[in-house]
Amino acid sequence: MKKLIYAATIILLISACKSNNSTLPIYGNKKPVTKTVNGKQVTDTIYQTIPDFKFVNQYGDTITGKNLDGKIYVADFFFTTCPTICPVMHRNMLPVYNEFKSNPDFRIISHSIDPKYDTVPVLKKYADKMGLSGNTWWLLHGDKDATYTIAKSYLTSVQEKNPQGNYVHDGYFILIDKQKRIRGTYMGTDPAEVEKMTADIKTLMAEPDQNPTK
Amino acid sequence: MKVKIIGCICFVVIAFAISCQSDERIEFNRYYSNGSTVYQAKCQNCHGIKGDGLQSFIPPLTDSLYLKNNKKTLACLLKNGLKGKVIINNKAFDGEMLPSGLTPLEIAQVLTYVTNSFGNKAATSTVETVNADLAKCN
Ligand code: HEC
Repeated sequence: MKKLIYAATIILLISACKSNNSTLPIYGNKKPVTKTVNGKQVTDTIYQTIPDFKFVNQYGDTITGKNLDGKIYVADFFFTTCPTICPVMHRNMLPVYNEFKSNPDFRIISHSIDPKYDTVPVLKKYADKMGLSGNTWWLLHGDKDATYTIAKSYLTSVQEKNPQGNYVHDGYFILIDKQKRIRGTYMGTDPAEVEKMTADIKTLMAEPDQNPTK
Repeated sequence: MKVKIIGCICFVVIAFAISCQSDERIEFNRYYSNGSTVYQAKCQNCHGIKGDGLQSFIPPLTDSLYLKNNKKTLACLLKNGLKGKVIINNKAFDGEMLPSGLTPLEIAQVLTYVTNSFGNKAATSTVETVNADLAKCN
């Protein structure tokens, strides 16, 4: 009988934890700002956000931060001729694409870090081979410096070719909310972490913050 | 007592079975298990843990007929890479695989592994056959 009570308590605790876990943390730098509202001092926290950018997708369309207004999205960095981790990352990204491709408020953006080779037609060919259609998953071509700068705002690192001729990049998937804040980072080469990301995306989509009443 | 006797008999049978393994079987096992390590380190990221490739981007290694028909050139393909159109499982692939940088022994090991995994079945690729095949690469 005692055992049963313990078991019941544990189950209760676990389920309690789960239901408490209904919002994701917010990452990045934050700074408090104090403003005066109705004669009262209120302190708000301003979170780091992804700055505006301008790139071109596989269809040749210009994509700026505006195109991601009101979207929850996942960003990563890759290049089409990557011999190492990129095939693994995008193999793992495919189930995420398939899960959310019918949701108009969701995007995946993959920045190429090799713009010299990965021109728009090359990116289109890659998209076709990966079986991507529509506008859920954009492969972005852009100025190298701009790509490397935006990588920093995603708290991720990419680097020039190393002596072996490989680009160095870390394989993270970064989850961004509708307010352009960082809500999660996941190792894109690990299927378990990517499954966690899929669960987190659903949690995020259900947050009140992400569903402003119009 | 009875249990002990059964235990003894089992032991003898197992020991017999192991020692009866032919030299070829032992050679195969050695190539295969080393090949599995090479595969994980050098091929799996692209061709997948089950050899199923990646969409139309990277071909699967499950086309036994392709592997059989190209048996003599697989070693060259790993040494020099592969570019252009290939038909795998009735699907066209048009990409590029870079030279693997593997030694002839590693090529033999990984080919033994690939041609005996993912539903494929073939003879051991030995370092001798691989060296002979490599001599004929064009
Ligand atoms: C960077 C990704 C990549 C890696 C790593 C890689 N391959 Fe490939 N492989 C390819 C691509 C792409 C093709 C198709 C090339 C073409 O279309 O001409 C291919 C084709 C092949 C083929 C012939 C077609 C088929 O599917 O049977 C074989 C066999 C093969 N690879 C075996 C290997 C083995 C063994 C390794 C490890 C030593 C390896 N590959 C590593 C990308 C890769």
